[in-house]
Amino acid sequence: MEKECFKVVSSYVKFYPEPPINRKEILRYAGAKEETKELKSILEDCLSKVCGKLSYRVCFSEVPVKKSGEMLDLTFLKTESKDLGKNLIRCQSVVVFAATVGVEIDRLIERYKRLSPAKALIFQAIGAERIESLCDVFSEEIKARLKEEEKYTRPRFSPGYGDFPLEKQKDIFAYLECAKKIGVSLNSSLLMSPSKSVTAIIGISDCKMENENSEPCKTCKKVDCTFRR
Amino acid sequence: MNIKEYLKNNLIFLDGGMGTLLQKEGLLPGELPERWNITHPDVITKIHTDYFDAGSNVVNTNTFGANILKFSYQELEEIVKEAINNAKTAKANSKSDAPKWIALDIGPTGRMLAPLGDFDFEDAVSTFAETVKLGVKYGADLIFIETMSDSYETKAALLAAKENSDLPVFVSNAYSEDGKLMTGASPAAMVALLEGMGADAIGANCSFGPDKLAGVIEEYLENASVPVLLKPNAGLPKVENGTTVYDVTPEDFALSLKGLVEKGVRIAGGCCGTTPEYIGALFDKTKTFLPKEISPKNKTCVSSYSHVVGFGNEPVLIGERINPTGKKRFKEALRAGDIDYILKEGINQQEKGVHILDVNVGLPEIDESQMLKTAVCELQAIIDLPLQIDTSDFAAMEKALRRYNGKAMINSVNGKQESMDAVFPLAKKYGGVVVALTLDERGIPEKAEERLEIAQKIINEASKYGIDKKDIIFDPLALTISADKTAGKETLKAVRLIKERLGCHTSLGVSNVSFGLPERDIINSNFFALALGAGLSCAIMNPYSVAMMKTYFAYLAIMGYDDNCKSYVEFTENLPTDTPALKAETIKKEPDEYKSELQRAIVKGLKEQAQLFTKELLKTEEPLKIVQTEIIPALDTVGVGFEKKTVYLPQLLMSAEAAKYAFEAIKESMPEKSSDEKCKVILATVKGDIHDIGKNIVKLLLENYGFDVLDLGRDVDPALILEETVKNNVPIVGLSALMTTTVPSMEETIKLLKEQAPCVKIVVGGAVLTKEYADKIGADFYAKDAMETVRFAEKINNELK
Repeated sequence: MEKECFKVVSSYVKFYPEPPINRKEILRYAGAKEETKELKSILEDCLSKVCGKLSYRVCFSEVPVKKSGEMLDLTFLKTESKDLGKNLIRCQSVVVFAATVGVEIDRLIERYKRLSPAKALIFQAIGAERIESLCDVFSEEIKARLKEEEKYTRPRFSPGYGDFPLEKQKDIFAYLECAKKIGVSLNSSLLMSPSKSVTAIIGISDCKMENENSEPCKTCKKVDCTFRR
Repeated sequence: MNIKEYLKNNLIFLDGGMGTLLQKEGLLPGELPERWNITHPDVITKIHTDYFDAGSNVVNTNTFGANILKFSYQELEEIVKEAINNAKTAKANSKSDAPKWIALDIGPTGRMLAPLGDFDFEDAVSTFAETVKLGVKYGADLIFIETMSDSYETKAALLAAKENSDLPVFVSNAYSEDGKLMTGASPAAMVALLEGMGADAIGANCSFGPDKLAGVIEEYLENASVPVLLKPNAGLPKVENGTTVYDVTPEDFALSLKGLVEKGVRIAGGCCGTTPEYIGALFDKTKTFLPKEISPKNKTCVSSYSHVVGFGNEPVLIGERINPTGKKRFKEALRAGDIDYILKEGINQQEKGVHILDVNVGLPEIDESQMLKTAVCELQAIIDLPLQIDTSDFAAMEKALRRYNGKAMINSVNGKQESMDAVFPLAKKYGGVVVALTLDERGIPEKAEERLEIAQKIINEASKYGIDKKDIIFDPLALTISADKTAGKETLKAVRLIKERLGCHTSLGVSNVSFGLPERDIINSNFFALALGAGLSCAIMNPYSVAMMKTYFAYLAIMGYDDNCKSYVEFTENLPTDTPALKAETIKKEPDEYKSELQRAIVKGLKEQAQLFTKELLKTEEPLKIVQTEIIPALDTVGVGFEKKTVYLPQLLMSAEAAKYAFEAIKESMPEKSSDEKCKVILATVKGDIHDIGKNIVKLLLENYGFDVLDLGRDVDPALILEETVKNNVPIVGLSALMTTTVPSMEETIKLLKEQAPCVKIVVGGAVLTKEYADKIGADFYAKDAMETVRFAEKINNELK
């Protein structure tokens, strides 16, 4: 990926090698706190079936962000979302991206729903962990690159978070050409296919975020969340 | 001149990129370029003219995303009309004297087809059909389907083109970095599918520069008997001085493409990042070339959404188990619409090593055409093997072929005129390899020579439809040797004759030969060996038969199809021994934390052990007693642990699965339905919602606890839920919704049920629901997890008693 990529208005595609697997996260997504002997054996089995079957793709673009009153203007979408506004305080631009691990995980989930609901659950969890890991790799890459320019990134923010409407998926999809670029499409209820896909916005600023290192969960209002850390 | 005629002796030059040029002219990100046909006709016309001037024979109209999903019908018509007019003006303006054609450009809809997405196949066909009809109306010369990254959507587009026009159709797919389509198809699989359906030229576009697409296009050239096209990008985009440029220069682009034209590409142009300059360079380098002759490949093959299975080398195994004939449990499953049963048969056969699955769901009392279509769709959603559509109901055959995502095997046609009149038009339209039985109005001839004559007659008739003999596999019919001692010999002779005299492949339903005899496996496997020796290409067989698999692997090893006899050795290592691998006595006893070994197996989620210990116990105990004193207490241990959060969801499910295995052993030993059976429960994910993992978990647990679950699936219409509730007199309905957007549809369902079936108790669950919300929409109970649903159902069940 060329460094200059971030300076133009057009979407780029990047393929990634498999990010390292985080077993703890997989177990967490599956609703298990520890890895018992029996769980270990089905997890190993599921991981061996996933191995080599996924493809890791991201398409992305950088756009300036302007704020007038309550309205945030990201060129290709406008929103009055307060939560996104808060996330993008003092940001001059954003990277908007879509990431996917491909359709094969969906096929595995469908297949094992019929054979073994326990494995289907594990495949769901693997898919969730895989796509989040891909997003992490991508975000870290952006962060590292911008650091050279003394710029800083904000935590990624997706449609559906807080008051940022899911409806905005449409604008992101049209702008990034996700279907053409990475094979992700939006269905009528605004869900993505393949299901293990993410779209998000990463704010870019020339000043550091205040209390950047604080736990993201602590600022969240949903206190009964199973995933709260 | 017709473009198909011209193509016979000439290379065809296509145009290059459109989007990149429009952006240069001021097209904004997110703006729909198709509107520029109306708002900026001069810009569009100029681009087309420049391409014609550079040497293009074909320009694609600026209609990539022109479909009724993005535009109103009225605007769509205007766009297509103006787009074609712009191209016509360009054609008239161009200084070039080369022959010129206008292609109606059709790109993907942007929606993912079901089952991966939510867009129905027929909706995709009708979406494409609208654009095609307009293209025909306003005078396009050909249809150019391009940048398709899903085989199923490609099929929908090609079908729409074929059904709504007589124009030539070129089809081009976009491949990913792994050399396959996004949804998994290999280039060879696309060749099989598209050639089978009658595309006039096929190939690849977009994605990468010409060098990186070389592998893909070589696979096309190896397999295709129609002209191959290539329209690569100008490499990958990068940025120089603030503007996007592509990393392959016109000169390098033309040189790379020239190499591929020498290898056999006959239709060439460019995609993203290419300009008239690129096409000009390409034209200059290759205009004097004579196109390379296309040789017919004569490959007999079928395909799935991912790969092809070819005939002629290693013998092909076709699994016969998806067929109700003589199977009581299968018939029950069909009557009950139990698709899971069919899918499990498919998966199990795949694991045994078959290459193709035969699919026969014919039963007098069911709607075969609906069931066959459903079975095909469900199977191809989760299994990547090609399917053999097996039916004598031609309407069912058409429905299934239409929905099939690949080139199917069609079972079967025979020498009767009526059969050929019905099957060949379907094979021609949808593609496929037809299994042809050598019988006709007179029946099955006794002598091999007469069967050969029927085969010849079938070939002659097929050729009237333009179906080549490579797409016919003959089944010379294995007859029963206990009825006629020469039957086996004549069939083997027919296999040999068909291969030698007609050069055609053969298939046999092997097991018929042993009908009425004891130890049929012995006869079947030896007959199979003899038939393979006679040149049999494939067999419809039972992969669970160890004897048959022994013959198969031995044959591979003997005939040099098995490097270092690796497959054979692997096969022998997994051969079942006379003593079962798992024996109750040999399992290490663990400290007495559990009341019994069975309970331990269930709590630990060990499926095989649970079944084994149940069988052990059945030797001394009553089945119902085992359920009450062993299985249910073990499930309760886990259930209580889950409620106390000492047991996690995956473990709960593993135990439930183990219990299911134990129940299967119990069921086998129980003659009739038990007296204390619990009430019926309907489960459904509400309309608009496709999430069903949670619902499936609830189903599994309810079944464990003895409830008779009627699972209506996902995205279920309220009216259907009501209908089934009333029809089956069901006292409990469980509804699931995962998305906030589908909760209203849950509310609607509850309202309808409460009005029309006021006695029914409704339990709801799903990630977005809360107790308060459940109360607000009128549910009787909110279950936060599967165990709570079980407890609720038990309570209602007790009240009913």
